[in-house]
Amino acid sequence: MKYLRLILSNLKRKKLRTALTALSITVAFLLFGFLAAVRIAFDQGVQVAGLDRLVVRHKVSIIQFLPESYRDRMERIEGVDLAVHATWFGGIYQKPSNFFAQIPVEPGPFMEMFPEYILEPQEREAWLATRTGAIVGRVTADRFGWKVGDRIPLQATIWTKKDGSNSWEFDLVGIYEGAEKGTDTSQFFFRHDYFDEARQWGEGQVGWYYVRIKDPERAAEIAEAIDVEFANSPAETKAEPEGAFIQGFANQVGNIAKIFMAILSAVFFTILLVAGNTMAQTVRERINELAVLKAVGFTDRGVLGLVLGESCLLAAIGGFFGLALSWLFITIKGDPTGGALPIYYFPAKDILIGVLLVLFVGLAAGILPSLQAQRLQIADALRR
Amino acid sequence: MSGSNGLLVDLKNVDKVFKRGAEEIHVLGGLDLEIPEGEFLALMGPSGSGKSTLLNLIGGLDRPSAGSVTVGGQRIDKLSDRKLASWRARHVGLVFQFYNLLPVLNASRNVELPLLLTHLSAKKRREHVDTVMSVVGLSHRMKHYPRQLSGGEQQRVGIARAIVTDPTLLLCDEPTGDLDRKSGDEVLELLQTLNREQDKTIVMVTHDPHAAARASRTVYLDKGQLSLEPVE
Ligand SMILES: Nc1ncnc2c1ncn2[C@@H]1O[C@H](COP(=O)(O)OP(=O)(O)OP(=O)(O)O)[C@@H](O)[C@H]1O
Ligand SMILES: [Mg+2]
Repeated sequence: MKYLRLILSNLKRKKLRTALTALSITVAFLLFGFLAAVRIAFDQGVQVAGLDRLVVRHKVSIIQFLPESYRDRMERIEGVDLAVHATWFGGIYQKPSNFFAQIPVEPGPFMEMFPEYILEPQEREAWLATRTGAIVGRVTADRFGWKVGDRIPLQATIWTKKDGSNSWEFDLVGIYEGAEKGTDTSQFFFRHDYFDEARQWGEGQVGWYYVRIKDPERAAEIAEAIDVEFANSPAETKAEPEGAFIQGFANQVGNIAKIFMAILSAVFFTILLVAGNTMAQTVRERINELAVLKAVGFTDRGVLGLVLGESCLLAAIGGFFGLALSWLFITIKGDPTGGALPIYYFPAKDILIGVLLVLFVGLAAGILPSLQAQRLQIADALRR
Repeated sequence: MSGSNGLLVDLKNVDKVFKRGAEEIHVLGGLDLEIPEGEFLALMGPSGSGKSTLLNLIGGLDRPSAGSVTVGGQRIDKLSDRKLASWRARHVGLVFQFYNLLPVLNASRNVELPLLLTHLSAKKRREHVDTVMSVVGLSHRMKHYPRQLSGGEQQRVGIARAIVTDPTLLLCDEPTGDLDRKSGDEVLELLQTLNREQDKTIVMVTHDPHAAARASRTVYLDKGQLSLEPVE
């Protein structure tokens, strides 16, 4: 600790240079934080996916329909516990950019399948009792300022009603919370019976199924059994674990993680050069002073430690400031798109990675200059 | 601290050769030097004769190419780098021509520097710093940074730093070389006092006969050897 003052006063030697270097490190870590939060929006679905849930869709693509009658056949397959269906509604609320998912489901089995969507008991009751009832997640409710009791109009893009109109109206009976931080609370669910009866075409057809299995260990085997069950029928299926399904969906956007890694690598490579250059300069300017330290009895390793400490402190000042700032922005200001990202927070794991990265930047930027300081011959250096 | 023969410093048959590429520079050749404890020795000689080199060998800042350097009964040329560093911290104080204070630390922090290597508490370190700052007459300049001090004051801070660990041996390389006559005299006065009253053994390199006159003995270095008379 007594050396901290010595290290600090060296950082204060060229305040502007120290400030600019720290600032560039701050910016890098700010970016790191934002990318981590955005990536989680694409990634988290996979991580919180139920291990005991499969998704069954049409073998050709998700936009082909499956018969509603498949449900009973699936539930008869050994190892299957529960099957519920879902369909993509694809309506527009006020304007197309107000995107969120709207899905007709059967309330009872659906709530059993997804315990992570938490409703008040009276909201459950209301949904079961109201044919035009719908529930929505916290994120989307807050985004549009919806309250229970509101009437929500949606403009259909796929599903015309029997009367030829495209205007659907739903009564909001509940707002669900996520059981976990990573739970998606952006979706809007309404009742399939209402939907099926009112739609002009496609009666008896659904989009895809969620299937709960009794033993997650047997997921692959049961998925296979489901596909076999419907092989050689007009609507063949593809069953897969929910995590893999979400991953495949996210991959349509491109490999987000890979793109982010590329951006971050470039940014961190640059700040390593900036910080490394600052440290190299500061050692070059101080050859004589470092020699004096050795002359009064600091060991070679001690001097190495001082320079490395300085580099780490510089990285820590800039880096922790950047991490703290991005945490503040992410947590307080929230999703920059105003709700289009279903999940948006700074994951603890990434904060930890950030802290390790700070340390890494400090060590990597300081290693060469500090080795130079360590090797310095006193008699030689004092002559300069 | 002196060896059994009463000598604090004992150099025997010391060679020092610098290599600059293929070229070899023989600076010291078969040099012998004995300094009894408590002496104030002036070291004179032409520029480039190797005075600083010799001082560095005595202070353990560099090693001889051949021969032995014994200080306080210990063969310091045989110590490992690490041991030598801690030996320096305990036994020698260094005073430089250009003071070599750290510009980012104030006077008292500069003086405290060698004490950071000890196990003394912050309070004890403070006390030691206060003591030596008053010895060099700068108690009123504790918080001043080097650039806010005159050359003479900076050199007195340099001396305070050299004596704060209470070493037996003070090595001064042209301590008055950059000072006017008056400040130079104050510094010499101070060194004399340290020699007389605190029993510091002092080796001082100087070009100035007036400064050398303060010492108890003067030796001359030329062509790698010491003599008692200046070479004409
Ligand atoms: N580290 C070194 N590498 C190469 N040559 C050196 C080195 N140190 C000293 N020398 C050479 O050794 C000789 C003696 O140098 P030194 O600095 O000891 O002389 P000096 O007597 O102190 O001179 P001055 O009075 O100018 O300070 C010079 O020729 C110098 O160039
Ligand atoms: Mg010299």
